[in-house]
Amino acid sequence: MGAPIRVLIAKPGLDGHDRGAITLAMGLRDEGMEVIYTGVRQSVDNIVRTCSQEDVDVLGLSLLSGGHNYYFPKILDLLKQNGLDHILVLAGGIIPDEDRQALKDKGIAEIFGPGSSISEIADFIRSHVKGGRP
Amino acid sequence: MNRDLEGLIADAYSGVESSLGRLMSLLENDESSVLPVLAGVPQRPGRSGKACRIGITGPPGSGKSTLIDRLIGVIRAQGLTVGVLCVDPSSPLTGGAVLGDRIRMERHYGDAGVFIRSMASRGSLGGVSRAVGAAVDLLDACGKDVVIVETVGVGQEGIEVTKLVDVTVLVLAPGWGDNLQSMKAGILEVADVVVINKADLGTGDLATVITEILALGQGKKKPLVVETQALNDVGIEELYGALERLREKRAASQDRAGGSRLLNNDGRDVVFRQPPS
Repeated sequence: MGAPIRVLIAKPGLDGHDRGAITLAMGLRDEGMEVIYTGVRQSVDNIVRTCSQEDVDVLGLSLLSGGHNYYFPKILDLLKQNGLDHILVLAGGIIPDEDRQALKDKGIAEIFGPGSSISEIADFIRSHVKGGRP
Repeated sequence: MNRDLEGLIADAYSGVESSLGRLMSLLENDESSVLPVLAGVPQRPGRSGKACRIGITGPPGSGKSTLIDRLIGVIRAQGLTVGVLCVDPSSPLTGGAVLGDRIRMERHYGDAGVFIRSMASRGSLGGVSRAVGAAVDLLDACGKDVVIVETVGVGQEGIEVTKLVDVTVLVLAPGWGDNLQSMKAGILEVADVVVINKADLGTGDLATVITEILALGQGKKKPLVVETQALNDVGIEELYGALERLREKRAASQDRAGGSRLLNNDGRDVVFRQPPS
């Protein structure tokens, strides 16, 4: 068995609704992953810095406040600037259909909205995290 | 591989946090090709061996992470840099983990002088994971002035951390136990400082009970008992002052724990390095 996949679940911006983030954190724990949860209302800088320090394979962004088109691209840009674009970035929360493709074009690997199952998300992570990084 | 590794080490030394983070993962993942290269880290000339190493242990919910948050504040106010390793338990069922200690330290996320890394115990007993010793050496070699190790929530037997640090703090809170608990062997015998946290919740009795029982012991070493209220910022500077004095005293008497170690899968100690002479 390889090393556990490391996941950061983060909530950027002014959004205190963390039931989904907590459910996912515990669900991925039960799927054998190491999940770092940093709490609500995180800044873009702090999320990216935590990705560096924690060397995560996956960043899961949860946002229900409507700020996704503002925060997600900023986070993707800063990850790239820091040489962290190998990280698989997923999104969840309330993301309207009309915004999905633009976010994916910018680098969000997949968007899991209400009704997604933990096993579906875990399977996606397992099939997309690249092993054997230097 | 080794050349990549040397590049990562050089970058980590020059302050690239993603490289330091990656090295810690390599240590955690126990890739045997990594260890010979990293074996040089604890002897980084002019740097290794300088960090003050503090271990924070105690039962779950006693306030270890919050206490560390406040200690970081005191340490940073002195202009010193700090590295923190937070260990949380891995699931015995799935191997997964929720690593949540750093959430208590979030006001330091933006501070370039603070590096926080969460680690899962990955089956190790004793409150730390097998990579923690080497990770402490790495933070030391990277120039952190203070390195803090937070163990998994433990309370009686989890003494492994004492082998990795200069001073060990046992954090207790009201409701921990009576005088019989204080008589028991284990962590209370090896802690340098016993912190009674959440002292505002009526711990006067607990501090007295522990002090009195420990005074009856025949051992030469008696831990200092300190009361704190981490959430209210009470007693933190006093605690840090006590830790500094203990560490200085210990350095003067060469009473170091004897080098950091990796714990192998059998739980036996493997000496990872000797302390600098």
